[in-house]
Amino acid sequence: MRFHLLALLAKEPAHGYELKQALEQTFGAAYPSPNIGQIYVTLNRLTQDGLVRAVDVEQSNRPNKKVYYLTARGREALTTWVEEPTEGPRVRDEFYMKLILAPLTGIADRMALINRQRRHYLGLMRELNELAERTDQANRVALLLIEGAMLHLQADLDWLQRCQEELL
Amino acid sequence: MSVVLKAVNLVKVYTDSGVPVHAVRGVDLEIEAGEFVAIMGPSGSGKSTLIHMLGGLDARTSGEIWLDGRRVDTLSESGWALLRRRKVGFVFQNFNLVANMTVADNVELPALLAGASPREARERREDLLARLNLTERADAPPGQLSGGEQQRVALARALANRPSLLLADEPTGNLDSRNTRDVLRLLGEVHRDGQTIVMVTHDARVAALADRVVSLLDGEIVDDGRIPRRRPATGTAGEVIDLR
Repeated sequence: MRFHLLALLAKEPAHGYELKQALEQTFGAAYPSPNIGQIYVTLNRLTQDGLVRAVDVEQSNRPNKKVYYLTARGREALTTWVEEPTEGPRVRDEFYMKLILAPLTGIADRMALINRQRRHYLGLMRELNELAERTDQANRVALLLIEGAMLHLQADLDWLQRCQEELL
Repeated sequence: MSVVLKAVNLVKVYTDSGVPVHAVRGVDLEIEAGEFVAIMGPSGSGKSTLIHMLGGLDARTSGEIWLDGRRVDTLSESGWALLRRRKVGFVFQNFNLVANMTVADNVELPALLAGASPREARERREDLLARLNLTERADAPPGQLSGGEQQRVALARALANRPSLLLADEPTGNLDSRNTRDVLRLLGEVHRDGQTIVMVTHDARVAALADRVVSLLDGEIVDDGRIPRRRPATGTAGEVIDLR
């Protein structure tokens, strides 16, 4: 979440609760709803690392609130994050390790493993279908994120089928 | 629960090319009323052949097919045609719409053939086209429609006679994401209304709507079971998205 918060702060200084709201509004149900505690823990670490700076702002009738600003070092870190290549989809799949190794031990046969995994993926796909249905259709950002997850799952299922064709 | 469709040791061997090709090798299947079953498998695994046999569009080599408690694999071609009018809706991969009829007539025809009054047929057509966002295309010939629109018309036509069984062969094969979503929505709705559906698909989004998935490999069923549900549908979204 570090860089997500840095990016929001690069847009404008904000306090913790505003950051939580900005994440929720941007990603909708497609983002694991951050709890406010996690956000403050992350902001404290960013402060210690010198990437953000907190300024107390006085409020009438209420305790001071902290507004967070991005520092020059914070902007540098954010730029590095944006420019470096992003880790691609998984290349070593834990399921594949099970598929190859488990039959050697006699614990399970490959057909049963593949069938169980296929049903599991389809169960996940159903949840994504339901998530897409619940999501505000005007929220393009959230819908694209869900569609991306669906395409990854479809690829996993296609690959499972290839394993079944080749190994059985 | 009553059994709508039953296949017993169903076999298809193609001999057209001289060398016999065993496309389906002894499939046993029972589909209950209201069930939504997805048939998956690699290309060449026999899934299209299977669903064509179940709809009487391809003759079985051996084995039995039962529809609504009646043995149907022994029917003549015209016997099958009559049965399909009343009981079966079929969505083809390549649409098979009648080119010189309007979209509206394409959708109304099966209901009229099945004995519905012109008024019933029209109301049913209007409802189905509206649900698939096709109302404005009702008077166009199918040739003027995009592939996605034609496929949605084909689905509307298959549902027009309120069949006891809807069979579909890759119903979203030619569709982009948005059109796929419309088809998914309608399939989900008619299923919730109790429609029995058997569908061949490689699209996991579509298969995930089903209650049950049947996997074919080399003409045989290698898996047949329900798609598990982990927890109530309101589970945390982030966990689903965060697949890696």
